[in-house]
Amino acid sequence: MSVPLPVFIAIPLVMAFLLPLFSGSGRKGKAVATVLANLTTVSLLVLAVFSIGKSGVYEIGKWSIPLGINLVLDGLSSLMLLTISVVSAAAMLFSVRYMEQYTAKAKYFCLFLLMVAGMNGVVLSGDIFNLFVFLEIASIASYALVGFGCGHEELEASFKYMVLGSIGSTFVLLAVALVYGNTGSLNMAYISKAIQGSGLNPGLTFALGLFITGFGLKAALVPFHAWLPDAHPSAPAPISAMLSGVLIKTLGVYALCRVLFNVFGVSIQVGWLLVALGILSMVAGAFLAIGQWDFKRLLAYSSISQLGYVVLGIGLGGLIIAEGGNPAWASLAILGGLFHLVNHAVYKSLLFLTSGSVQMSTGTREMREMGGLAEKMPVTRATCTVASASIAGIPPFSGFWSKLILVVAAFQAHFYWVAAVIVFVSLCTLIMYLKVQRYVFLGELPENLQQTKENKGSMLVVMVFLACLCVLMGLLVIVPSLRAGILEPAVEALTDGIGYSANVIKMTGM
Amino acid sequence: MLYALCFLLFMIGLYCAVVKKNMVKITIGILIMEYAVNLFLIMLGYRLGGRAPIVGKEDLAGAGGQVSDLFVSRCVDPLPQALVLTAIVISLGSLALMISICIRTYEKYGTFDITKIRRLRG
Repeated sequence: MSVPLPVFIAIPLVMAFLLPLFSGSGRKGKAVATVLANLTTVSLLVLAVFSIGKSGVYEIGKWSIPLGINLVLDGLSSLMLLTISVVSAAAMLFSVRYMEQYTAKAKYFCLFLLMVAGMNGVVLSGDIFNLFVFLEIASIASYALVGFGCGHEELEASFKYMVLGSIGSTFVLLAVALVYGNTGSLNMAYISKAIQGSGLNPGLTFALGLFITGFGLKAALVPFHAWLPDAHPSAPAPISAMLSGVLIKTLGVYALCRVLFNVFGVSIQVGWLLVALGILSMVAGAFLAIGQWDFKRLLAYSSISQLGYVVLGIGLGGLIIAEGGNPAWASLAILGGLFHLVNHAVYKSLLFLTSGSVQMSTGTREMREMGGLAEKMPVTRATCTVASASIAGIPPFSGFWSKLILVVAAFQAHFYWVAAVIVFVSLCTLIMYLKVQRYVFLGELPENLQQTKENKGSMLVVMVFLACLCVLMGLLVIVPSLRAGILEPAVEALTDGIGYSANVIKMTGM
Repeated sequence: MLYALCFLLFMIGLYCAVVKKNMVKITIGILIMEYAVNLFLIMLGYRLGGRAPIVGKEDLAGAGGQVSDLFVSRCVDPLPQALVLTAIVISLGSLALMISICIRTYEKYGTFDITKIRRLRG
């Protein structure tokens, strides 16, 4: 195994606690901390690129598998690792300039890296209790980051997020306890084997329900979404990008998929439940987003809606597998869901960064007070347009491909109404982003914004970089070698379902 | 029976966290939920008249160095205790953050009542 897995967790964790040491030593210390933090995220990105296409199991402390804790790398994990590291590297570079408005930069980096460590841990963990621990590391860091500004709204949003997030985590812990009581193991592979042997008993079914509720709360799927529209806009822009871009996906969707597909195995009811949650999130999120006048709040609602696509795709795939349908359709649906996940991570973080750039220049998030910024902030405007076109699914951009795959998959599996809903929500998305373009960048420039200037330096670099990714991401599905290298292993990890346990046990034997 | 009581405690905590209007009481509700789960984990590993799972000389039966059946039937599962320790540390961390946010909010708004702390809408 060429990439040592614990490195993904150890590097950000060590750096997180090293950086606050620089906080006291003035300007120079701050600069060192900034450079180190950026080096950390970039090195993680390089490592994640190298881990693509590899798989392996690492046993912590050489304790063999049913006894000790293990880290597992498979297709899905490496896809998530790559997504997390791209978005975190971009957000970190963006913060260099953006966070000048705040004090305590070193503490911010500390929390940021803790969050990254937690997410990497969730993605790599092969042990269900360990997954809970990393989930809590990432969540607690994100609660603190949402309240980082310490203003009225930040504190209120942070408290709301924290209450719902803690309830979600407690549900997950109770479910872990129930699973341990019923199967006598905490290792995902062994739990899966035990469940295959004995079938679901009432305790395990209850645990399954708790898992869905707990991770659903973290993913902000519609009945559980109340915290997201408050929390995401209140955080500093790079953190909003991290939260919307990867955190809700890692803690919510990834963990949910892992537990449902690889540990419990999907049943028809669970598949329908996911499809229902997905459609509910898509439609409700889109309608709520159109009515918003706060730039970042609109983006937050649209995140809920876009996450619905991901869950819908994965749920549809699970449903087809559970019904014994054509496996090719199932793979296609899951491919669409996962590809949309990656796309959404890129363009939604770009949108949040452009909103941060606008907010930094104009000092407001209220769209009615803006207008005519296209001339003043050309780069922000251009990147925002690219991201909006992507999210609305306009052909050459990335969002189009993933939505197309989802529609095709729904058609093939004869879920025509699902395809219709996908297209309809896509139109709503287009409307909401036209609204953004119209009110923020076009129209009359208000008197008080005449002095607005474009932001410089690292913020521009990041926005242009992400915009290029938006354009190029389509290649991931069009070029067969890239698709086979990056996306398909991830799809296989889910379609394999409970074959996961056999794989993990086999890999330890090597 | 004990499990049912433990679940009741969990539901009391959930009720408190969802229904109460005071931020401190919500925090307490979440803590009660966490304690209920910890209690549940401890009960999973509990065994009446059990003993610590440390193998002494007298526990080894036979020539092969096998552990005796008596030992296996009496010793306590140590894993839940390790889990609970971890869970307690985590809940301590989130409690500290939650309380500090309560204090900062009180400084800003002058009240703990969440019905009066409503700047965010929609």
